Amino acid sequence: MTSPLVCVLDYGFGNVRSAVRAVEHVGARVVLTDDRAIAENADGLIVPGVGAFEAVMTGLKGVRGEQVIGRRLSGGRPVLGICVGMQVMFERGVEHGVESEGLDHWPGTVEKLQAPVVPNMGWAQVDVPAQSVLFDGLQDERFYFVHSYGARQFPLGTTEDTGRFRAPLVTWSEAGTADASDRFVAAVENGPLSATQFHPEKSGEAGLQLLRNWVATLS
Amino acid sequence: MGVAVRVIPCLDVDAGRVVKGVNFVDLRDAGDPVELARAYGAAGADEVTFLDVTASVDGRDTTYDVVGRTADTVFVPLTVGGGVRTPDDVDRLLRAGADKVGVNTAAIERPELIAEIAERFGSQVLVLSVDARRCGPDTVTASGYEVTTHGGKKGTGIDAVEWARRGAELGAGEILLNSMDADGTTAGFDLEMIREVRAVVDVPLIASGGAGTAEHFVEAARAGADAVLAASVFHFGTLSIAQVKQAMRDAGIEVR
Repeated sequence: MTSPLVCVLDYGFGNVRSAVRAVEHVGARVVLTDDRAIAENADGLIVPGVGAFEAVMTGLKGVRGEQVIGRRLSGGRPVLGICVGMQVMFERGVEHGVESEGLDHWPGTVEKLQAPVVPNMGWAQVDVPAQSVLFDGLQDERFYFVHSYGARQFPLGTTEDTGRFRAPLVTWSEAGTADASDRFVAAVENGPLSATQFHPEKSGEAGLQLLRNWVATLS
Repeated sequence: MGVAVRVIPCLDVDAGRVVKGVNFVDLRDAGDPVELARAYGAAGADEVTFLDVTASVDGRDTTYDVVGRTADTVFVPLTVGGGVRTPDDVDRLLRAGADKVGVNTAAIERPELIAEIAERFGSQVLVLSVDARRCGPDTVTASGYEVTTHGGKKGTGIDAVEWARRGAELGAGEILLNSMDADGTTAGFDLEMIREVRAVVDVPLIASGGAGTAEHFVEAARAGADAVLAASVFHFGTLSIAQVKQAMRDAGIEVR
């Protein structure tokens, strides 16, 4: 059996080299490109992202990333957003008082974290929901975060599972200290669209296992 | 909850080779930064820092290659500092595979560099490295600490605590505070300086300089450091990353 093909979307943002190597390391074939046909048709698409929300959105639009992602999701093809690549899946982002439109696959706003020390930088625990596929076997692990903004709420699909539609699985984490903590979305699994606020490609063995879990869903 | 206090080994790299003795067992080539970074990653290092001490242009090219090969095999964050003078230098290191870039002397000479880098790449990539010492008899600053250059040999008369505060305000995502008085003494971190900088800076603070025992790391974390960095105690095998973390865990400090 051929290993699945993962496209890392190359639009000028993100630590793409690490993402490519990490996904290769867990056994997928990887191509780094902004070619739409490849990005749309690969078994999996990774949307990396580092920097400012608005700049990342501009970069994505420059390679018509919103269409690529949209077409994939309409066809149920897996997409994994990482860091700002997750943030842009939300409705909007507010950075330095500037509001930017996101890709709006999920309602909600990405905004400044309310913690004593920001950026939230380092290895944090996550609160994983039951039935998570991404975090299978990783419930007690820590992951590497580096971000100043986050989705502090997740308004979509909090109703009971109807059997026909599966509610999004949301993993949470906290920035700050016991006295002053701020809860934010650490990861989402919602049908074909998954995303992590942390960097799995920089989270040691735990991060590699999470990528392995995602890659396993592609074939 | 929140993030764990990070333990970071720092490697001095000159033209692609680790300088300053490294005494690691089970390594074929302890002078190879890639192999050392991998060993530290496997030993539980939360990040790895390369300090590029190379002066020549050819040596710098070798450094980019080393950074790339490290990023290919070590899946924890990699910070590279030394000789960064322009946003284009930062761009090259990030493209090579660095996750964060340390800036020191060039920012003292031209503080706007901090804002330029932060605007282009985001604050999270920028570590402002502050080499500080207690003022000698001929220098007066409000905090009693001054910024130095040239590995602590030259004083600048700039208040180190104020410089750290301003650096964070200009857009540095992290402050690496290195005590030039404590550096190499193994007598412990300069806790007073850590406390003073912590009081005025709300970005992550990395304490460096003076580590000799596991208890020293505990003290630095209690003084307010979000991360602790050391070189020789790890390289010479005096302490392992695991020993440092166990001491911190025993003291009730969150570690990975």
